[in-house]
Amino acid sequence: MALLTACDLSIGYDGKTVLKNVNFHADAGDYLLIVGENGSGKSTLIKTVLGLNPPVSGKVIFGDGLLRSQIGYLPQQTAVQKDFPASVREVVMSGFCGAMGLRPFYSKKEKEEALENIEKLGISNLSKRCYRELSGGQQQRVLLARALCATKKLLLLDEPVSGLDPKAAFEMYSIISRLNKESGITVIMISHDINSSAKDSPTHVLELGKECFFGTKEEYDRSGRSVFKMYGGEENG
Amino acid sequence: MAESFKLLAEYLKLPFVRYALIVGVLVALCSALLGVTLVLKRFSFIGDGLSHVAFGAMALASVLNIMNEMPVVLIFTIITAVLLLKTGQMAKIKGDAALAMISVGSLAIGYLLLNIFPPSGNLTADVCKTLFGSDSILTLKATEVWLSIALAIIVVGIFVFFYNKIFAITFDESFSKATGTRAGIYNLVIAVVIAVVIVISMKLVGSLLISALVIFPALSAMRVFKNFKAVTICAAVLSVVCTLTGIITSILVNLPIGSTIVAADIVAFLGFTLAGLIKRSVSK
Ligand SMILES: Nc1ncnc2c1ncn2[C@@H]1O[C@H](COP(=O)(O)OP(=O)(O)O)[C@@H](O)[C@H]1O
Ligand SMILES: [Mg+2]
Repeated sequence: MALLTACDLSIGYDGKTVLKNVNFHADAGDYLLIVGENGSGKSTLIKTVLGLNPPVSGKVIFGDGLLRSQIGYLPQQTAVQKDFPASVREVVMSGFCGAMGLRPFYSKKEKEEALENIEKLGISNLSKRCYRELSGGQQQRVLLARALCATKKLLLLDEPVSGLDPKAAFEMYSIISRLNKESGITVIMISHDINSSAKDSPTHVLELGKECFFGTKEEYDRSGRSVFKMYGGEENG
Repeated sequence: MAESFKLLAEYLKLPFVRYALIVGVLVALCSALLGVTLVLKRFSFIGDGLSHVAFGAMALASVLNIMNEMPVVLIFTIITAVLLLKTGQMAKIKGDAALAMISVGSLAIGYLLLNIFPPSGNLTADVCKTLFGSDSILTLKATEVWLSIALAIIVVGIFVFFYNKIFAITFDESFSKATGTRAGIYNLVIAVVIAVVIVISMKLVGSLLISALVIFPALSAMRVFKNFKAVTICAAVLSVVCTLTGIITSILVNLPIGSTIVAADIVAFLGFTLAGLIKRSVSK
């Protein structure tokens, strides 16, 4: 069974539909890229999958014993107030809260794991710094480290590189790709400016629009609607 | 100076002064702990609104001649807090207007009730006491002291027990929900705790000044510290220090207790603002 399946999913707000009949699934180890124009409903889809937004109709099914508390999420925008006092370590550790149940404090193992994730993302030198005083790219890494604390199975990323400069974006994409390949984490990522450096990583593509497309990366390239061509990569015949 | 100390030692022999200090410290601690979350969630107005509801409930209780008014006020305030939270979730923008309506309404109805059915001889003094706290902290009954102590211990316990979750939800509610934290329940707990803190603060500073007790220590701590733990601890310590200073000063110099405490909080805020500016220019 797939880790995550969307069945005839219609999404929207307050009964108003944004997008109809979305079907896709993600198996363990997949790297699913979600593309589509601005306003096509990509963020809404992710929020619906996460249960933050109720579906208008249709269903999201978790398989392989996946629990909500085993999902990691990187939101498109985190509306953190300007003056919020929080250190990087505090933010990263908060990723564990969902899986803790009623246990009040972090375990030793969780503390070590948080340090590992901080290290994995190359932000060890920032761990005592105040989150709000970091650059956009550094903040995204902190939030990805938090998402990693929340999951070993499935990461949902909503435009993880928006607002980052090309170098930071490249690094972010390679980290995500490594998490998928080396740590075996299933990745579902929204991105509209996927650059040539990251175009080989996804295994599947979901394109939202008037007619949705879902299939493997090869099928998508063959379908002739590939967004990758626009970036001057080699073109598959 | 030595005179004052001798006077203070005399006062400390009186049980009601000791009660006032104990309850004062506990109230200061609770309101500051909660204040950090309320300020960061932009919820501080809820404290203000609820304190007016508590005033209305207090008026109702005294009109009905209920001897032990604290439980009544507590229940009223908790119900309002929960209702506000529920409606606030359903209609985010309307939440504000509903709160303003309830808060001003309770204030008016409470005062009206007290005028129509005056419970005691001196109405103005009574109202003033409920609104500004005056010296009602020095007239606490032993049962009220024990109730305050019990409630304060529960509040601090809840805060410590849920500290990490409170941080997670305050920092990023949708991430918490998406990854399996039952944010709804924690918000409910926070709402109930706010109501409890307001009711136990009423005797200390009166319902109009409660917000100051909740907001000032958190804002002061945020001027200097930049992580959640340090801000929380600093706010708690600062609040206790200001409240003790306020109570002792007001007893020695014979000033109204509530306003003196708030004045101490304001002075501390100015000091911390200055310290924050200095710290920033040094680190640059
Ligand atoms: N909270 C909301 N309430 C109502 N409509 C919304 C809300 N958020 C987004 N929308 C609408 O839903 C549509 C899809 O938005 P979104 O999922 O954010 O698009 P994308 O992420 O693909 O750019 C847009 O037309 C937007 O105006
Ligand atoms: Mg979006």
